[in-house]
Amino acid sequence: MPIAEHKNVLLAHGGGGKLMHQLLKKIIFPSFHNRYLEQQHDGAVIDINGSRIAFTTDSYVVSPLFFPGGDIGKLAVYGTVNDLAMCGARPRWISLATIIEEGLPMETLSKVVESIKEAAAITGVEIVTGDTKVVDKGKGDGIFINTAGIGIIEKPVNINPQNVCDGDNVIINGDVGRHGMAIMSVREGLEFESTITSDCAPLSHTVMNLIENDVKIHCLRDLTRGGLASGLNEIASASNNQIEIDETLIPISDEVKGACEILGLDPLYVANEGRMVIFVPPSDTDKALEVIKRDENSKSAAIIGKVKKSDQPIVLRKNSIGITRILDMLSGEQLPRIC
Amino acid sequence: MLKYIEEYRDAVAVKEIIDALHRITTRDWTIMEICGGQTHSIIKYGIDEMLPQKIRLIHGPGCPVCVTPVELIDKAIEIAKRDKVIFCSFGDMLRVPGSAKDLLSVKAEGADVRTVYSPMDSVKIARLNPQNEVVFFAVGFETTAPANAMAVYQAARERLKNFSLLVAHVLVPPAIEALLLNPGNQIKGFLAAGHVCTVMGWADYEPIARKYSIPIVVTGFEPIDIAQGIFMCIRQLEEGKAEVENQYARSVRREGNLHARSMIERIFKVVDRKWRGIGEIPKSGLALSDEFEAFDAEKRFNLLRLTVNESTECISGLVLQGIKKPTECPAFGTRCTPEQPKGAPMVSAEGACAAYYQYRFRKK
Repeated sequence: MPIAEHKNVLLAHGGGGKLMHQLLKKIIFPSFHNRYLEQQHDGAVIDINGSRIAFTTDSYVVSPLFFPGGDIGKLAVYGTVNDLAMCGARPRWISLATIIEEGLPMETLSKVVESIKEAAAITGVEIVTGDTKVVDKGKGDGIFINTAGIGIIEKPVNINPQNVCDGDNVIINGDVGRHGMAIMSVREGLEFESTITSDCAPLSHTVMNLIENDVKIHCLRDLTRGGLASGLNEIASASNNQIEIDETLIPISDEVKGACEILGLDPLYVANEGRMVIFVPPSDTDKALEVIKRDENSKSAAIIGKVKKSDQPIVLRKNSIGITRILDMLSGEQLPRIC
Repeated sequence: MLKYIEEYRDAVAVKEIIDALHRITTRDWTIMEICGGQTHSIIKYGIDEMLPQKIRLIHGPGCPVCVTPVELIDKAIEIAKRDKVIFCSFGDMLRVPGSAKDLLSVKAEGADVRTVYSPMDSVKIARLNPQNEVVFFAVGFETTAPANAMAVYQAARERLKNFSLLVAHVLVPPAIEALLLNPGNQIKGFLAAGHVCTVMGWADYEPIARKYSIPIVVTGFEPIDIAQGIFMCIRQLEEGKAEVENQYARSVRREGNLHARSMIERIFKVVDRKWRGIGEIPKSGLALSDEFEAFDAEKRFNLLRLTVNESTECISGLVLQGIKKPTECPAFGTRCTPEQPKGAPMVSAEGACAAYYQYRFRKK
């Protein structure tokens, strides 16, 4: 099978698409087989004598370190906080491990740390342990950060891909594709008419609000690499359902639409850092939408589709012409086209 | 310009054109869309499924990634592997399989392979890295030729000694003629590629339409464009006409873009070229003109004699000539997938196999 045919690891093996999932399935999962990994959740939910905690980890390797709308420090906190929130947990404690490339200006490091401090304050988490390593010049991209996080599941909620069922509505908390296009515009020196800013933001407040308002949530998934398409495919496959979305209902800013059009990219595959999909039963949909929209970051939240029982775990996308097509998981990375 | 995209994807307007098409179609017609971008729109929006049963669309060779022969990919890899070379390419060439590997694998092995968005970016890289040889993979039809010509022009003006092009440029009109000369070809009309004609105009297509009595409609890429292009082509066929018509009037003029054309003529010359899976077509490509041959990477890296045979299993030649549909290939979706492509049409955003795989494979 494909994995075996690649002698070396390619960038696409970390791209959030099919190749990455093959890597996980063929090499990682079989080696560490257990009931937590099997859930394919954003974090592990662990029961300790009746109290439940969520535990997760993530590494951050963004280049450039500072981009419109965010920086690596913010990402490192929000990314991990968001994964905890996806388990229905209130994020509490975070570890901070940095791998710093020799020669990084002290001022840059201070700015990143300051940003981490600010993001931690906003999300109410404490940095309680950490590690610092420095590698030779040329062996790192300025700074790599790993954070692990622990959150507490305070209410008897059960948020899990396996709960997604026939009839659930799919809500998205805002427009998609901004993070990926913001990074691309600075990284590749592309100049668009207006600056695209990353959607980088914490989702924990929104999730806590939903839980406190007793909205019945079947599943949450934050959308990162691989974009909306990959997130939906993961849920379809983990819950063994069909998800049908209506492309015309997905909020996308004109700037992102235009930039994607020029580069031949599909915004549904572009990375986000402050977006999630929320799976709720029809009974709780209106309330969920109302609560989500209270958040400044989620004003453009919308219902974009529905879950249907099916023997095939696939995602279908209905386009503006009314034609339905499979929305597949990305093969590798999206490559800008020639013409 | 970007404000005017949604309008061309309007369901009601497309349906009106398709309804009209149903009213005028009385006989069986096979028409070919030249450009891979059009193929993708057709499959993505399901336009082929809305057409009268009497109309058959076949997909043409207009995917620059797809028609670039294995030999050139191998040459690109050969150059990229060398010391002190920075190899620049558009993104979708990187995953196209050569005879042994692709450029992404060579990158994983340590070669300096970079994705650029414009050939001018690679000129800039050459300027900033005088100790490196910077090579740009100049792939494409007439559409990308002006920018590539401009890059060479600029490099020459700056007297950059470390910049060169690996040229794989191909031309549409000779390919159309080659398809028409193919015994057993069924094509009764063409949708010509709107972007190519934006650069070159359509005067070159007029003798072809006359000589082979075949209508050619210069067509855009959005659902409405394509529906309208098909309608115009069928209307001509039903009325017994064989003319060049322009559907894509918002972008194309008869003479094309004169500045772009003169730049191409200055930097390049017309040569015979090999097409992937099809073979050599006379006068179907561009190479650097004698004045600018110092910028030819094949000469600079002494690769003119490297020749490679095509894979035997991949039927891309037949797919690119519209003789077979991607789904008729025994490897389609099994041994050949976007993750493990046997041929370029499964890789490129404009490849017919990728379009079928993405939008049709597993379709209920």
